[in-house]
Amino acid sequence: MTNLLILPILIPLLAGVILIFFKNSKMIQRVISVIASAAMTGISGYLIYAVYNNGIQTIALGDWQAPFGIVLVADLLSVSLVFLAGILGLVTLFFAYQTFSAEREANYFHTFYLFLMVGVNGSFMTGDLFNLFVFFEVMLISSFILISMGSQRYQLQESLKYVIINTVSSMFFIAAIAYIYGVTGTLNMADLSVKIAQLYEQENSGILTVIALTFLFVFGTKSAIFPLYFWLPHSYFAPPAAIAALFGGLLTKVGVYTVMRMYTLIFNNDPIVFQILLLFGGLTMFIGVLGAVAQFDFKRILSVHIVSQVGYMIMGIGIGTPLAIAGTFYFLAHNIIVKSGLFFFAGITEKITGTTHLKKMSGLLKTHPYVGWLFFITAISLAGLPPLSGFFGKFALVIAGFEAGHYFVIAVSLATGVLTLFSMMKIFMTSFWGEEKLPDPSAKERKVGKLILPVLPLVALTVILGVAAEPFFLFSLEMGEQLTDPSYYVESVLEE
Amino acid sequence: MEVLMIFAIGILFTVSTYLILTKSLLRVVLGVLILSHGAHLLFLTLSGLKTGAPPLLGEEAGSYTDPLPQALVLTAIVIGFGITAFMLVLAYRTYKVHETDNFDELRGSDDD
Repeated sequence: MTNLLILPILIPLLAGVILIFFKNSKMIQRVISVIASAAMTGISGYLIYAVYNNGIQTIALGDWQAPFGIVLVADLLSVSLVFLAGILGLVTLFFAYQTFSAEREANYFHTFYLFLMVGVNGSFMTGDLFNLFVFFEVMLISSFILISMGSQRYQLQESLKYVIINTVSSMFFIAAIAYIYGVTGTLNMADLSVKIAQLYEQENSGILTVIALTFLFVFGTKSAIFPLYFWLPHSYFAPPAAIAALFGGLLTKVGVYTVMRMYTLIFNNDPIVFQILLLFGGLTMFIGVLGAVAQFDFKRILSVHIVSQVGYMIMGIGIGTPLAIAGTFYFLAHNIIVKSGLFFFAGITEKITGTTHLKKMSGLLKTHPYVGWLFFITAISLAGLPPLSGFFGKFALVIAGFEAGHYFVIAVSLATGVLTLFSMMKIFMTSFWGEEKLPDPSAKERKVGKLILPVLPLVALTVILGVAAEPFFLFSLEMGEQLTDPSYYVESVLEE
Repeated sequence: MEVLMIFAIGILFTVSTYLILTKSLLRVVLGVLILSHGAHLLFLTLSGLKTGAPPLLGEEAGSYTDPLPQALVLTAIVIGFGITAFMLVLAYRTYKVHETDNFDELRGSDDD
């Protein structure tokens, strides 16, 4: 049973390597990468079932027992995220088939997509800090290649900045790992949790706060928290919509996942870090949404919104009660689904009109009503209107914030919600509503066709997560309980 | 020995910060490279330098060198090597397309 844990990492790795040899055969590439993604998703679906019924599952790689070897750990949070990553990967593939040029597909798109999945799944599953760094790098190198593939003028300039900023933060990751290894002499996360809890009881625990903040700098850069978000809106604007959807849906969320893991499991006693998380969470969401209000480009608005949504999750982690963690996860899952859905809509309108600038298009609702209304559902879900999925995540966060007495940051989050609605409606009103105004007359007849199919499961999921929220929310609550009590994680890793 | 190393690492971090903040593309890449050396040395130093014993934990070993940091730093060096190679290629391609190596001119958006 436990050996299944390695498959979500192993399957895309092997498939990616195999696909290098089939560079010129489009059919084989498509079939193998779809099969690999579907297998990954299916196995992680089964793992959710197993973890939910039998508790946290672990596997010691090479049979070196924890804390000496590397362990893979599947708790509710990590397997759910692997499952969501699989679903997102599948729909992205289908969207990419419709929109990508043959040249892009022939130049190892599939291979690097699969390697990206290796990195993402590995980061979610690993129980070792240095192994986390390695999987981060696997993910980042694949993302460097996916983001710069195509070598457009603008793309090159922005991906260069993306590469440099991420590499600098990776180097600080090594430095932070060096500090934590120097202080505790271990890198196993469960073992770190025990040792650091003991160290906090002694005096002079200031070094631990320094380490915690160094990690916050690293993960903050990857997940685009307030002072470190400046690279994101430009970089995510550069690649085509399918890749932007994959990045916007997954990569920043990996950063958020690591913040969640580090500050619930390892630094859960730190007095200062949680204040800082709340402060930065509030600033991130508010400044992010102000940026979105100011933009007039479909993809740019969505990119800046990623920043704002990350703020909500950071705020949830900062509140830190089981309900808040449950809300954070619900919001995270909702955001993975909805954000990539919205990027797909940006790709669809770009396909129809040839532009993503809002002032150059209008009245799409008359020519393409299905696209318009499906976009409307997704957009109000992002803004958090009931009965869609965005509402319940925010609702839980607000209640948890009130219970913990963080009134100010909750007020900021509610104001942010209103501005989110405003900027989403701006897209809807200018590009779908209103007089028909298209850059060229042939756009009217241009059919969307199969392009809409990959979006349908995402829209369906956000409706299901909203209308049938109760079972999913109970699941999140159980996850919240599991995460806020590190002893579950520690015991199941170190017991073996 | 550790104190000396800490100063060396500090100098590496300072130099790399200066280089990363300059506007020339190649200098920024070099800065990232030096930063990675600083981080790797930091890892080796913080986990304790040479203790005059082999990295083996024998049955009766009185003293031993911790082998873990060396293995980890080796991994990190390999990763850093790959990233540096990619970054140089990307920087060269950007230079060819934009015909500039000045970050001030690598700004602005696609649509204006």
